[in-house]
Amino acid sequence: MTAKKSENFERPDGRKPNELRKITAKVGIVPNADGSAMFGFGDTIAIAAVYGPKKMHPQHAQDPERGTLRCNYNMLSFSVTERIRPGPSRRSTEISKITEWALKPIVMIDDFAGNVVDVHINILQANASTRCAGINAAAMALAHAGIPMKNLVTSVSIGKLDKNLVVDLIKEEEDWEEGEGATDIPITLTGDGKISHIQLDGKITKKQLIEAVELAKEAGKEIYAAQKKALKEAGEDKK
Amino acid sequence: MIETSRLTEERIKEYLNEGKRFDERKLDEFREITIETGISKNAEGSARVKIGKTEVLVGIKMDVAAPYPDSQDKGNLMVTAELLPLSSPRFESGPPSFNAIELARVIDRGVRESKFIEMEKLCIKEGEKVWNVMIDIYSINDDGNLFDAAGIGAIAALKTAKIPKYDEEKEKVLFGEWTKNEIPLSKEIPISLTVHKVGNNFIVDPTKEEEDISETRITIASCDGVIHSMQKGNSKELGVDEFHKILDLIEKTEREIFKKIEKHLK
Repeated sequence: MTAKKSENFERPDGRKPNELRKITAKVGIVPNADGSAMFGFGDTIAIAAVYGPKKMHPQHAQDPERGTLRCNYNMLSFSVTERIRPGPSRRSTEISKITEWALKPIVMIDDFAGNVVDVHINILQANASTRCAGINAAAMALAHAGIPMKNLVTSVSIGKLDKNLVVDLIKEEEDWEEGEGATDIPITLTGDGKISHIQLDGKITKKQLIEAVELAKEAGKEIYAAQKKALKEAGEDKK
Repeated sequence: MIETSRLTEERIKEYLNEGKRFDERKLDEFREITIETGISKNAEGSARVKIGKTEVLVGIKMDVAAPYPDSQDKGNLMVTAELLPLSSPRFESGPPSFNAIELARVIDRGVRESKFIEMEKLCIKEGEKVWNVMIDIYSINDDGNLFDAAGIGAIAALKTAKIPKYDEEKEKVLFGEWTKNEIPLSKEIPISLTVHKVGNNFIVDPTKEEEDISETRITIASCDGVIHSMQKGNSKELGVDEFHKILDLIEKTEREIFKKIEKHLK
């Protein structure tokens, strides 16, 4: 802790600044799908299912040069305290695209010209960081489906509460009002440490933003281990 | 679109004529049913129901709103269903398909007509403020018979639901905070069950393959043999004697299913 950070800073749930919530990860949860996975940060639970590669419909959406990755993020109406209207919204449309971009660098589907790989992400229960949980689940589901991949991605939200950096925000922290308030920075990193997705809402200095990325890297190791373990267990079940 | 092939269709029908099914069940036998409640913390009540490989999630959310013009002193009920693209290669995103709309409406009528929810107790101020009860159904894996899974899920979720806190002065629901009060429910529990006609046979709890070749179906919500709602789906006609057979089969199945799921509905 440097001097400028507020003294006696405590997170609402008592975690250390760099402590993730309990991770749950499981592969093979939707039998119909070609690949599927569940990923949870504490009370935030995402599931993802992959279908494809399959012929892209409508035909005009086909890319004759390479395969297409298509992601769809959706929150169940009862996943949050105040019910959200079922179906797509502006927010979910944006997150769907962000997720696609976050995953694209690691997915090698150039050989599947005219085909699409569909990734469906649903949030079953939300306590912030849903897009990150969704991206982590999607990466696992893609691997489970046997889609050629360079590596996995790991996604985590870094927060700045007043002046303090923390990993894996919960709702109460997102709504932080003291001091400088809350800054929310969801970050996705590829297996070789490159940023495939970053967003930011709030107020932060360059120095702290760089620190935030370092925190995401550290957290990524733990997330990666959980993803790999779940995939390995699923592989052993198949034998 | 992947559909059940002609060859499979013929084999299924041959099997049924001998009283057999691909998964070794009898014609009137359900797959294993599992019910888990409290699967989403932010919902007022929730349930996960699996019938074989079929899985649905049902959640209850509540809200305060104006009553409908024709029921000024009663709460409102709303049921929606989404056939998530995640749950089957056949489902696509976009506005609700007919199948999703029908599913929601069939479940809605079973709950509504049986008067399972005591709507008059969900009135806060007559003509002005009443509770909305919203039942949302999501498919997670479709291997046939989403209808019955959704029906059981709705009941199980309602059984576990707690009413949120309401600030009378500010006229605001305190979402995420709950009272100890449960949704007022009748003791009579409606069970919604579907019988399909495949070839010349009647079956319950179809797998996806069986559902594909079903020529017609009847869904009935009943409480202890008393029928509260019914829907015939698909175009094939039914003889009166066939209809009687279906009613008998539903009556028998209702008793069996009730016994199986009773312990989850307390």
